[in-house]
Amino acid sequence: MKVAMQKTVFSVRNLTKIYDMGEVQVHALRGVDLDIYSGEMAVMLGPSGSGKSTLLNILGGLDTATGGEVAYKGKDLTKATDRELTEYRRFYVGFVFQFYNLIPSLTASENVAIVTEIADKPMPVEGALSIVGLSDRKDHFPAQLSGGEQQRVAIARAIAKNPEVLLCDEPTGALDFKTGILVLEALARVNRELGTATVIITHNADIAAMADRVISLRNGLIADVTVNAEKKLPGELRW
Amino acid sequence: MVVTPMNALNIKLTRDIWRMKGQVAAIVIVIVCGIANFIMFMSNMDSLMITRENFYRDYVFADVFANLKRAPESLKERISAIPGVAAVETRIIANVKLAVDGFDEPVMARIVSLPDDGKPLLNKLYIRKGRLPDAAKDNEVLVGDTFANAHRFSLGDRFGAVINGKWKQLTIVGVGLSPEFVLQLRPGAISPDYKRYGILWMTKTTLGTAYDMKGAFNDIALTCTPHANVDDVIRKLDQIINRYGSFGAYGRKDQMSHRYLNEEFKQLEIFSFIFPAIFIAVAAFLLNVVISRTVKTQREQVAILKAFGYGNIEIGLHYVKFVVFIVILGVIGGTATGVWLGRLLGDLYMKFYRFPYLEYRLDPSIFAAAIVISLAAALAGTAHAIRMAVKLPPAEAMRPEQPARYSKAFFERAGLGRFMSQPARIIARNLQRKPVKSLLSIIGIACACATMVMSGFFKDAVDYMVYIQFTLSQREDMKVAFIEPTSARAVYSMNGIRGIEYVEGYRSVPARFRFGHRSYQTAIEGINPGSVLRHILDENLNPINIPPSGIILTDYLGRHLGIRPGDWLTVEVLEGERPVRRVAVAALAKQYMGLMGYMDASALNHLMREGNAISGVSVIVDPLHKKDIYKRLVHIPRVAGAVVVKDEIRNFYDTMAQSMLFFTFVATLMAGVITFGVVYNSARIALSERSRELSSLRVLGYTRGEISYILLGELAILTLAAIPLGFVIGRGLCSYIAEAAASDIFRIPVVIEPATYAMAAAVVMVSAAVSGLIVRHRLDHLNLVEVLKARE
Repeated sequence: MKVAMQKTVFSVRNLTKIYDMGEVQVHALRGVDLDIYSGEMAVMLGPSGSGKSTLLNILGGLDTATGGEVAYKGKDLTKATDRELTEYRRFYVGFVFQFYNLIPSLTASENVAIVTEIADKPMPVEGALSIVGLSDRKDHFPAQLSGGEQQRVAIARAIAKNPEVLLCDEPTGALDFKTGILVLEALARVNRELGTATVIITHNADIAAMADRVISLRNGLIADVTVNAEKKLPGELRW
Repeated sequence: MVVTPMNALNIKLTRDIWRMKGQVAAIVIVIVCGIANFIMFMSNMDSLMITRENFYRDYVFADVFANLKRAPESLKERISAIPGVAAVETRIIANVKLAVDGFDEPVMARIVSLPDDGKPLLNKLYIRKGRLPDAAKDNEVLVGDTFANAHRFSLGDRFGAVINGKWKQLTIVGVGLSPEFVLQLRPGAISPDYKRYGILWMTKTTLGTAYDMKGAFNDIALTCTPHANVDDVIRKLDQIINRYGSFGAYGRKDQMSHRYLNEEFKQLEIFSFIFPAIFIAVAAFLLNVVISRTVKTQREQVAILKAFGYGNIEIGLHYVKFVVFIVILGVIGGTATGVWLGRLLGDLYMKFYRFPYLEYRLDPSIFAAAIVISLAAALAGTAHAIRMAVKLPPAEAMRPEQPARYSKAFFERAGLGRFMSQPARIIARNLQRKPVKSLLSIIGIACACATMVMSGFFKDAVDYMVYIQFTLSQREDMKVAFIEPTSARAVYSMNGIRGIEYVEGYRSVPARFRFGHRSYQTAIEGINPGSVLRHILDENLNPINIPPSGIILTDYLGRHLGIRPGDWLTVEVLEGERPVRRVAVAALAKQYMGLMGYMDASALNHLMREGNAISGVSVIVDPLHKKDIYKRLVHIPRVAGAVVVKDEIRNFYDTMAQSMLFFTFVATLMAGVITFGVVYNSARIALSERSRELSSLRVLGYTRGEISYILLGELAILTLAAIPLGFVIGRGLCSYIAEAAASDIFRIPVVIEPATYAMAAAVVMVSAAVSGLIVRHRLDHLNLVEVLKARE
């Protein structure tokens, strides 16, 4: 199997996360063990409150764990300082969010440039936009783009730094089916052509078919990991 | 509808206010400053006016005054018979030299006679300590309380006086105040000097004997009946006393103490308008910004409330209450602060203006005006935002707001875009997207800067006035006045005094100037051409050569009379044979204090048909012999008094120091508050509007410093743009104050030193930096995960 031979990007061991909400404590992660391999396309499935977003945020250096270990290429993220986490996000991780989070005052190409300006070895802005098929929309402001287009700009922005890993939190959550497929195609293309390890969180089980591996979470624990013997192209997905 | 004291909407309101406590506090403080200023100035003006009115009424301040050379007591009956005259008091007034033990500088005083029975009809005395002088004892004197305080005199203390050339030891039997001398200023002085100038009272018999005025008088004070025409009375009085060497009768409005008080009220009035106006305008702007933002963020809440059946009026009232609550807090705090500062300011005034007591009070109408003005301004400022909430259709309000539309900034289109980083673009486009808000923020901060410029301006202007007057124009160390015009040969005898290094004579003649229907009473100073010590300056501060004929007038006097060089001025001399002459105006001179005419000394002698006469001398002295010179002068009979210029200036600064410090302190505080209020509120709102954007940037790997640059860079640009504008506004307001406060007593030059501008800029930048740092602290604690989950 292809996956087993790959190098490990993330290694997660006995990861716990407790949110202190004043009078109650919420156990978002209760001891997660997981590896993410370089170049793979992983889809994380789970209902609301299963802990998938928490896990993704900790992998992306946006949040810190309560216990356990998370290593990115052998480097322990749980002990990283705020400055180290900022640097980690700056150079190694790409994010895509449900609500795009573009900068409204910058055009599509400038939204990409805002990342390439601070990255180590970025790709050209035009290159990133052409991968997501938006070269002709590069001078448009977010308010002038559709939701799907905005999300593709967000993907271009995420990949422009040539990250090792792309973390996507419900990237199609705010989009209709047709636009959602376009976005997933862009993600699949990035994964295929650039070899960027990609983790997609979704509660849409149909998307799982395009993954190399499907990781299911429930109640803060990994419930199941399946390897797709044959993954589908996004264009073949239906929901 | 059931109205309970704390219905759900009101609970929401209190929680909203609590949640926004930082911003609310910033606005409240700005309102506090505005109201405090308003209350401080208005209550002082009101209290001083009331106190003055009461003092005038209870101590029967005269309506009309006149000095003359000498007139028989029998004239009093004729004066009393003038229609409209209620009561007449004839007096003897004399200027004397004093010698106070332990004080080695020249001291002068004005002695005013009291009726022998000790009960003046007019200008009665408020006896603070002791008693009135006894007519049977010719060495008893009652002294003004400021003079007594300055020298720490007690009852029974003695000092020497040269009365009509004779040395006399006087004993203090009482200390008092008079409505006639609320402000005690030596004629020609630039500020009250309680150590070197005093008011004394002695009995008429004592003074009459000393000045050979038994059965005669040289001063009149009278009151008019309630409906009398004061100008008529003055004219008729002039007709009677003219032949007795009168210097012209004048009403209260020209009485020195009264006039200075009026000038002070005029300034208080200007201040009570300018400063509160700035603050209330800034507060209205801040409220507008905060309420607009609140209404925007609460769109969905408003929609839900409307969906549940709340009416437009209830929604509107909800936000009106928000505004009213802030204003009420501001008015309460402002009134408390204003009364506190008002009392401090009142105490300061009491050092200059001698009332028996200051009846400090806050008139309810002033308080009511403060409430009405601030509420009206606040509601006007927020009307638009509140209307938005009222008019919001519920269904539309449920949908999220349209994403903000941006366009490329002006200078990007001008081709400068390629030099800009993306964060720089964000800053530029944000500023441009809300040009009105940006501009108003700039104006708000500029007002703070202007306030600082104004506070520094007073010191700069005063320094400049002193420099012009005492460095460029009057260059002597000491000015010695003679009792009567004397032969110019007196210069030689003065020159003989040890320590006097250089002497120049001057002639000063009291006169009334007339041109058309306008007139002004002052003096003509005769100056020797080529005088070393006295320079008359032109517009560019270059010395004017004194022409052999013609008169030079102070520029302000020229404007007052409506006369220009080349016109003929009518001069009515009020001394000697009192000739009336027509003299050509040769030039106008730049002068900031007083109004005068200047002529060539021999031309003036010629006009007076007198020989080579002088009224006094200007001298340069050897500092080592200063004290000896003072002692000699006291005993020279023809010397009426002497003024040491350095003492005059030092005293001027001493007198001003405290009030300057007070005003600078208040202004700095105010400027800091405005800047802080504007910058902090702008920053908090920018943060609330853009926390999502900034969090996104943090997620993309931007550091805290880098996102702070985007948010605070915008405010830094606003602040930096505001500073030059503040300079301009400040200068404009200073010009306005100078223009509005200009009088024949003094004109404030619009001079602002670079240091004042620098200080203004520094205070603004420091306040902006402090508010920036507070917001930066919040930026450092952005919750990245929360923000990303939420929908815009």
